[in-house]
Amino acid sequence: MDHAAGKEVSADGLSVVLTSVSSDSHTWNLVVLQLVLEELGHQVHNLGACVPDELMVSKCLRLRPDLIVVSSVNGHGFHDGLRLIRQVRSHAELVGTPMVIGGKLGIAGPGCDRSRAQLTAAGYGAVFEDGTGLAAFQSYIGRLAIGQAS
Amino acid sequence: MSVPGTGSFGDFVARAHRAGKLVVQPRMGVSDPAAMRIGLLATRKATATAVGTITLDSYTRMGDNANARAALAAGIELNGYPIVAHDPAVTRSVLDGVAGPDFPVQIRHGSPCPEPIVAALIQAGLHATEGGPVSYCLPYSRMPLEDSIPNWARSCDLLAEVRSTGTDPHVESFGGCMMGQLCPPGLLVALSVLECLFFRQHGIRSVSLSYAQQTNSDQDTEALLALRRLATQWLPDVDWHIVVYTYMGVYPRTPDGATGLLEEAARLAVRAGAARLIVKTVAEGYRIPTFAENVAALETAALAAEGCLTIAGDPVDTGIHAEASALIEAVLDLGPNLGAALATAFRRGYLDVPYCLHPDNAGRARSYLDSTGRLQWSSIGSLPIRGVVGPTDTAKLTAAGLLASLSYVERTFDNASLEQEFQAVSDDSSGSTGDDRDPDPGNRSPAARQSA
Repeated sequence: MDHAAGKEVSADGLSVVLTSVSSDSHTWNLVVLQLVLEELGHQVHNLGACVPDELMVSKCLRLRPDLIVVSSVNGHGFHDGLRLIRQVRSHAELVGTPMVIGGKLGIAGPGCDRSRAQLTAAGYGAVFEDGTGLAAFQSYIGRLAIGQAS
Repeated sequence: MSVPGTGSFGDFVARAHRAGKLVVQPRMGVSDPAAMRIGLLATRKATATAVGTITLDSYTRMGDNANARAALAAGIELNGYPIVAHDPAVTRSVLDGVAGPDFPVQIRHGSPCPEPIVAALIQAGLHATEGGPVSYCLPYSRMPLEDSIPNWARSCDLLAEVRSTGTDPHVESFGGCMMGQLCPPGLLVALSVLECLFFRQHGIRSVSLSYAQQTNSDQDTEALLALRRLATQWLPDVDWHIVVYTYMGVYPRTPDGATGLLEEAARLAVRAGAARLIVKTVAEGYRIPTFAENVAALETAALAAEGCLTIAGDPVDTGIHAEASALIEAVLDLGPNLGAALATAFRRGYLDVPYCLHPDNAGRARSYLDSTGRLQWSSIGSLPIRGVVGPTDTAKLTAAGLLASLSYVERTFDNASLEQEFQAVSDDSSGSTGDDRDPDPGNRSPAARQSA
């Protein structure tokens, strides 16, 4: 069961899978992001805390979302996120699905360009590190929604 | 097998309470046994009536002892003490000459599958731990309640056997914390009582009921007095006490804001007749605290408690007791087996924790902060409290509103701290000495804070 809360979805709304990583038990980040996405008119499938890689992949194969948002704040997001996107991309159906990651991704705090580059090289369309603010995320979502609608 | 003669946790707290001392306790856990011993010694030596804590790491919490052992073998530092992976003799040497009747040590872990942890703490000669079948399952795991509940039942049964050695084992419910913030007090109080009833059903005769400081001190006082009344009513035949957790949500980042919130928690505990307080440190907003920061927090809290002489009278009854009572009775009405009743209650939404994403939580109840900083229900889903709560506010929750609620306490205490600092700067120019508790006033400038 996921927590898509039956909110109004705009006609050109995206179907979004929102997920944590397997080692991360935090959920307030997911609760807030679900509201942010719903306010922009998108439909959110919130998978919750400590999502095992296989569960996340099987949900995506079933739901075939327009976007996958990975949020993690326990400092393992960089490593777990790299592993996760490799698993997602190993399925032909999900090779082109846009995927972004954000939160507190490393234990040393934000600012490491190399880890950001590794995440984008692995296929993440954007990396939103702690302190970036929500505006960058919202504007990314806006661009993606326009792209999908056209 | 000889084990260190550690005294009963409940008895230590009861004696301190009778003597008018608030027991203070840190959260503290490191993987290296020698360092863990140093941390316990530092706690013991603090100028406070303190009990010790060994907090476990997240591998051990999830039952992944293979990974914990691998990390130990590779010399990788964990985020807590892996009590299952360490040899029992190692843990006994950590405790030898430290833990005792005058300094009980509690194991804190967060596990929905605590059997190996309980077995290990018994082997080490300990007998106090905390958690619960709901409070250590819903917020932090995906494990079904139908697994967590029998896991906790077996763990309590196992721990209860310690009584045959002459010491009463102790279990503290973590039910007063659910999600750390934004859970209305009535539900926190009900869960604490229900989990302690569950412990009692599984042979535990010494328990503590928790309540985490929330957003409004009058509301917190009312909640703690309700918790005390309900414990008196439902737990007449066991040893129990109340433990307050210093605020568990987003923590103030200024040293004065952090200290102010801790002192407020200590005064809340004393006013409401709680016996024990789990502290937070000035480092909480940034990282895992050091031993020294923990000792400072223990001493700050002990001092604030000593200076607090007021006992709460009868606060305005806003219905917290009635709400908690209705929740408890609705669950008990589901059948004599409390484990089964708890599972059914969540299935039917009779218990429903706001903002909890666990698959077994109905997720229809919602809460908000009103303009006076009190937690209120915006939707009660199927919670059996309609008669108590009345019509709920249906205002739509926005992301910005939720973020503002989550940071309400942090902003309140940090802003007060910054205002005080501004005042101190003006006073300094007129010759005042200002606040002498801060070892490094340079860190308190707004610029330093913002760049942190």
